[in-house]
Amino acid sequence: MTKPKVAFYWCASCGGCEEAVVDLAENILPVIAAVEIVLWPVALDFKRQDIEDLPDGAILASFINGAIRTTEQEEMVQLLRCKSQIVIAFGSCAQLGGIPGLANLSTRETLLKTAYLTAPSVVNPEQVLPAQRTIVDGKELELPELQSEVRALDQVIAVDYYVPGCAPPPDLVQQALTALLENKLPPKGTVLAPQKALCETCPRKDTKPDILKIGAIKRVAEAPIPTDKCFLAEGFICLGPATRGGCGERCIRANMPCEGCFGPIEGVTDQGAKFLGALSSLIDSTDEQEIETILKTVLDPAGKFYMFSLPRSLGVRFLDKSE
Amino acid sequence: MRKIGVFVCHCGINIAGTVDVKAVVDLLKDYPGVAYIQDYKYMCSDPGQNLIKTKIKELNLDGVVVAACSPTLHEATFRGASESVGLNPYRTEIANIREQCSWVHHDKAAATAKAQLIIKAAIEKVKLDEELQPVKVPITRRAMVIGGGIAGIQAALSIANSGYEVVLVERQSSIGGHMAQLSETFPTLDCSQCILTPKMVEVAQHHKIKLLAYATVEDVSGFVGNFKVKIKQKARYVDWDKCTGCGICMEKCPVKVPSEFDEELANRKAIYTPFPQAVPNKPVLDSAHCTYFKTGKCQICKKLCPFDAIDYTQTDTFIEEDVGAIVVATGYELYSLKSLPEYGGGKIVDVIDGLTFERILSASGPYGGIVRRPSDGQVPREVVFIKCVGSRDPENHFPYCSKVCCMYTTKHAMLYKHRVPEGQAYVFYMDVRADGKGYEEFYQRAATEDQVVYLRGKVAKLYRENGKVVVTGIDTLSNRMIEIKADLVVLASAIRPAAGITELAKLLKIGIDQNGFLTEAHPKLRPVESLTAGVYLAGCAQAPRDIPDAVAQAAGAAAMVTTLFARDYLYHEPIIAGVNTDLCSGCGICVGVCPYAARSLNRSKGVVEVNEILCEGCGACVAACPSGAAQQKNLTDEQIHQMIKAILT
Ligand SMILES: Cc1cc2nc3c(=O)[nH]c(=O)nc-3n(C[C@H](O)[C@H](O)[C@H](O)COP(=O)(O)OP(=O)(O)OC[C@H]3O[C@@H](n4cnc5c(N)ncnc54)[C@H](O)[C@@H]3O)c2cc1C
Ligand code: SF4
Ligand code: SF4
Repeated sequence: MTKPKVAFYWCASCGGCEEAVVDLAENILPVIAAVEIVLWPVALDFKRQDIEDLPDGAILASFINGAIRTTEQEEMVQLLRCKSQIVIAFGSCAQLGGIPGLANLSTRETLLKTAYLTAPSVVNPEQVLPAQRTIVDGKELELPELQSEVRALDQVIAVDYYVPGCAPPPDLVQQALTALLENKLPPKGTVLAPQKALCETCPRKDTKPDILKIGAIKRVAEAPIPTDKCFLAEGFICLGPATRGGCGERCIRANMPCEGCFGPIEGVTDQGAKFLGALSSLIDSTDEQEIETILKTVLDPAGKFYMFSLPRSLGVRFLDKSE
Repeated sequence: MRKIGVFVCHCGINIAGTVDVKAVVDLLKDYPGVAYIQDYKYMCSDPGQNLIKTKIKELNLDGVVVAACSPTLHEATFRGASESVGLNPYRTEIANIREQCSWVHHDKAAATAKAQLIIKAAIEKVKLDEELQPVKVPITRRAMVIGGGIAGIQAALSIANSGYEVVLVERQSSIGGHMAQLSETFPTLDCSQCILTPKMVEVAQHHKIKLLAYATVEDVSGFVGNFKVKIKQKARYVDWDKCTGCGICMEKCPVKVPSEFDEELANRKAIYTPFPQAVPNKPVLDSAHCTYFKTGKCQICKKLCPFDAIDYTQTDTFIEEDVGAIVVATGYELYSLKSLPEYGGGKIVDVIDGLTFERILSASGPYGGIVRRPSDGQVPREVVFIKCVGSRDPENHFPYCSKVCCMYTTKHAMLYKHRVPEGQAYVFYMDVRADGKGYEEFYQRAATEDQVVYLRGKVAKLYRENGKVVVTGIDTLSNRMIEIKADLVVLASAIRPAAGITELAKLLKIGIDQNGFLTEAHPKLRPVESLTAGVYLAGCAQAPRDIPDAVAQAAGAAAMVTTLFARDYLYHEPIIAGVNTDLCSGCGICVGVCPYAARSLNRSKGVVEVNEILCEGCGACVAACPSGAAQQKNLTDEQIHQMIKAILT
């Protein structure tokens, strides 16, 4: 019997998702024994050609992490889609656009200018910008094109399942792999994590008052962090109520509020907008002016509310004021 | 696939003048889900409604869109039509193509295109509309009346005599209100106490009336048919269960305090009843003036009380009452003379207000009914009455007419003349408004028989000089400067709503008008209802008025209450917000957002629960819920998305 083929691929990502697979520790061994890995750039030396040579649908499942920003990434995921029966968006960036998705707050031009010309640490007297074609020593080099915006995986190809998280926790990865190998996957389109928000399992939920109200917004960098109280109730922005649970409350247990990496709850399209709706409803004032003053203390609203989900939001795109 | 009938109304030319109705019908006849589409000249007319009914039956339609005017006009009409032939009314939706389309556009092509989009959106909504049943709400058949003046007394008696229990809350230690202070009443001059006290006693003895005197309303929750009212019973320091009202304590108490009831013309004791005919006729102890409370010594009342009823350890207690309806009859107070510097600002002893003069006139008053002036007890020979003091004076005070002053001033002048025939009474007036039954005759009697001198004009100045009060003004009829050296001046100062009305209105969620009086639901057609269902208004709390009007209005309010109580149930719109417990994480964000306290967190289940009866369907929780777990029935996110999609694609 031939082993089912599995591919792992990375796009615009930090490498943390690769780590998540390795984090399975000894549990990875039975997986490796049970499958044939046909692509895993971080660990194994396969070439694009190897995948192209496979017949369509030959791969049982491709685990793709990272957002899509370059033409190369787009081509690779389209190739994998074609060759795979199942595509799994792995991690926040693939699912929602992730932190790289925050680049959508700037245009590509501003981005390139900042990274290659104006950033204080840059020395670039000839003002060279990355170009798709460059002649070096008489040889033409080709680079993938940086596309105009960052997209989540399902904005580029059809995605069958999602494993959320930045990075996905080992137990969810393990469960996803087991379900895959035992052929027990739920209906397509499912996010392989619990349905409800983090608050449900939050170790601090019992400290929440009956009536939740916020008089002032606090930042972890500036105010003493409560070690055993509901962050929101104490005025710290915690995206827990707007974020799918299943992460093991890692941040909360490390005494940091939820940043929202698990994405929206089942059925919600725009996580940031939902949280914004909730937060503005919580402000303890009926005076419009005062509410505005309090909400203005959120220093970077787009970054705060859409840290992981900007490309999947309904409308936030190109807030770049310099354009 | 749903079978939806779409009925497009011309509304004469209101819609058809701007929207090409026929074209709309043509464009939408193949739209997915549309089983039938037809236009008609007046859809709300009998034939129009019959068309809808017939087609529902004939084609077995399971959804209806009526493209017509605003839902505030005819949503109920069309839902009723659907319901009459067995279609759940909440599967009938209005596409407003009049107010939101034909009336605001001129371009016929564009308006036609827009009307079509509005209808499409409504079709998409109907596709996802659930069958809903109105929420059935039981009624607590028990009323509360706040304020025990003549209006509150009348309301309480009328409701109680219809067989329903009434809780009457009065903040003074006796009911009676201002009418108890009056001497005689216009226009018949019957003695106020004589007609009032029997009613007070009837209240006290009525087995359906629970009288809570010396008590105030602290909190109101709930809604029509189901209010919960928290009442503070102020500490009386007298155990009324033991007290028989013998009065020994009041007789022997050494502390004298100016009597509020007698407008400070006489004294009461620190332990007192406001007046001898008080109901309940049991004293309260005024701890602010009591020697024992101030110094720890005295206790005379305690020692002398034969029934051991004095209890210095009493504290305020709180009572909760469940009632289905509330009548607010908190009455009025007089505009303070202190706010009227142009009339001496309350510093001239012989310049008094109307209620003080009532006490002077009263046979049971401080002077035994002999007209004396407060400063030296002399019988005044020249008395000036000034009307519209603070009223009808938008620049300095209030713009409205206090309504009762014309008549009570007439009464005052007349009664003065009856008591002091040789004296002279002058009335400064702007108009004489004698619009009630027998009022004009009453006024004529004062002016002719009793020779009261009416001077049309405003008082310019008023000051004290040699034991007299000099009043100067212009008689605008003769254009003469007038100066009267009066012994006594009586000001008909403005009727103001009772203190604390703003706070009470807030608790009851009822409105207050620009002058501070309670707002009725409609100035002509719903004069005794407030805008909050189940809360009614009576007496001077709503506007200045005299006793007959207050009594009539109170009886009207009582009739509204008993009409409400005649029903078995109230029905509540089912367009409310539920909780999808599969999605609710129990974050609790929605709980504090709900203005009606309809949501609560069930900590053991870890989800929020909704009291459907309390939910008003405002949608605040839906906007707040970060999980999408709070959804408004027949207005779900999914429905809204589909509607938007239908419009944009
Ligand atoms: C000088 C003068 C003479 C008048 N003479 C006549 C006359 O001859 N004939 C005539 O028809 N009309 C006369 N009137 C008008 C008459 O006084 C009123 O029409 C009548 O008293 C109105 O009754 P009411 O119950 O609305 O208000 P009120 O008599 O003011 O009674 C209100 C009651 O509510 C209580 N209350 C207030 N707030 C609260 C609260 N928050 N909680 C609980 N209880 C509360 C008060 O303590 C009071 O007992 C006269 C008015 C004045 C000023
Ligand atoms: S819809 Fe309004 S009234 Fe109903 S539960 Fe939500 S917030 Fe409360
Ligand atoms: S806001 Fe939503 S998730 Fe939170 S408790 Fe309310 S219904 Fe549940």
